[in-house]
Amino acid sequence: MVRKVKADPKGVLEGPHFMDGDHALAEGALAAGCRFFAGYPITPSTETAERFAERCPEAGGLFIQMEDEIASITALIGGAWGGQKVMTVTSGPGFSLMMENIGLACMTETPMVIANVQRGGPSTGLPTLTAQQEMMQVRWGSHGDYRVIALVPDSPQECFDLAIEAFNLSETYRTPVFIMTDETVGHMHEKVVIPPASEIEVVERNWYTGPKDQYKPYKFGAENHMPGPMVKVGDGYRFHVTGLVHDERGYPQATVEAGKINITHIIEKIDSNADKIIRFEADQLEGAEVVVVSYGITSRIAIKAVMDARKQGIKTGNFRMITAWPFPEKQIREIASKVKAIVVPEINYGQMVREVERVAGGRCKVISVNSTGGAVHDPSEILAAIKEGRS
Amino acid sequence: MMEVRFSGFGGQGIVRCALITGKAISLYDNKFATMTQSFGPEARGGACSSQLVVSESRVLYPYVTVPGVLVALSQEAYNLYEPELGNGGILIVEQDLVKQKPDTGRVQVFPVPATRFAEELGNRLFANLVVIGFFAAVTKCVTPDAVKKALPELVPGRFLKANIQAFDKGYSYGNEIMAAKSGASVMADAMSEGVE
Repeated sequence: MVRKVKADPKGVLEGPHFMDGDHALAEGALAAGCRFFAGYPITPSTETAERFAERCPEAGGLFIQMEDEIASITALIGGAWGGQKVMTVTSGPGFSLMMENIGLACMTETPMVIANVQRGGPSTGLPTLTAQQEMMQVRWGSHGDYRVIALVPDSPQECFDLAIEAFNLSETYRTPVFIMTDETVGHMHEKVVIPPASEIEVVERNWYTGPKDQYKPYKFGAENHMPGPMVKVGDGYRFHVTGLVHDERGYPQATVEAGKINITHIIEKIDSNADKIIRFEADQLEGAEVVVVSYGITSRIAIKAVMDARKQGIKTGNFRMITAWPFPEKQIREIASKVKAIVVPEINYGQMVREVERVAGGRCKVISVNSTGGAVHDPSEILAAIKEGRS
Repeated sequence: MMEVRFSGFGGQGIVRCALITGKAISLYDNKFATMTQSFGPEARGGACSSQLVVSESRVLYPYVTVPGVLVALSQEAYNLYEPELGNGGILIVEQDLVKQKPDTGRVQVFPVPATRFAEELGNRLFANLVVIGFFAAVTKCVTPDAVKKALPELVPGRFLKANIQAFDKGYSYGNEIMAAKSGASVMADAMSEGVE
């Protein structure tokens, strides 16, 4: 059951602001009703934590600077089961440290929002420079089979908007939701308009209200695989939360059959609702010879190249993924069946392009415009690939 | 579209210059502005820089490529960034702190004694507001009203009045300089091709 309410005005800093993406993330979280933040500072994400720490007393929230990122993600699991909407923010190395317990959060169906302000890697890499190098790690980084939802903002305004969306999705599907931003968007200042609380819709947690002795923390096999309601620690319910394969009571069941039911559920609750989750922007796909598929900050650079290509008479479409995961398979498959080529610029050595290639299935050329990170593309690189794709 | 780089050394309020101007433009002048700043090791000591891309429509590419306006408040910043300023571009320099190369006419130079003006107003920390005022008069990139609306959250309350005075000082000085140039448009060459 998805119940939407108006945002709590205490967390909403209504009005127009000139703000960077990191700060906008914190404001979006507060507007969405997040009142617990546990994190460990790391460039270039620290400003989000600072902003949340500064603002949360007036909104009635709690900020804890943890000893590291492992503790941060673990605190989120506790905070969420304690009844709060919870968030953390990190970057490259911190994201790697969180991986194991991201799996625990997926397995225990714990709603939370994790933002990764991507910087150049691997390892400590390029701490102050931009990248999009964790687009596959976010999907596959924890062990085992699971699914995630990952959103990719292209501006400070979208950092705000997608933070709210991320919380709404995490409550709806009882799962971690990721905001995969980057150093450029994180540190770029632009106008951010925060609407009044009465115009912001937030999804409330699906609280259990039935008899105490009948509560089960999980529900498998519901229509569209939607998850069951939650309760709050300390409210007198008995429940069990474990990373082991479990039944609806949460009790470990080390059997193939139980695993089939449990794992199918955490996968299908995302896969079978993908159409409802996926968001994108498409422009002039009809009749296009080449389509550029991009996401995040790279999509803004891509538009410039697309416009240059159109000026040169090349029918060029533009497709911006707002949701990277679940991947917009249907849309990309349809594009691939109609165009000569898909061009995929990204600030990594070629990550989401693999997914595009898989889905395109040889129906068109797929051209990767990749980089080793640290800077946004020069639009001329993307334009050159568009020309190559057309020929 | 207009690309602007503010530069100087740490402590001169370089980042604040772009923040104030960017906020003024995007919130009160009804245009689009994207501000970025040098960040990380390159931002410590030496030359500090902030960048502003201003446009009538949404800014796509967020960084400065060929600036049409360069504000250089230190010698090192001038040395580093003057070569990238586009031909015909506007160069605003702190005249007491920057020793310029011989003028070849490649760019339009506008010297301003910003630090000295600020000291006359009581504190050299206001020099960046003198610069914004001068910048506004020369480039017409931002209106004085918008800057004054943008200021309150970006400067300490007790210094708001002094900062506005500093802005006015720079603005009126800039207008005098422009009047002396008898209204010639300095902007045409500084504009870059916009993105629709």
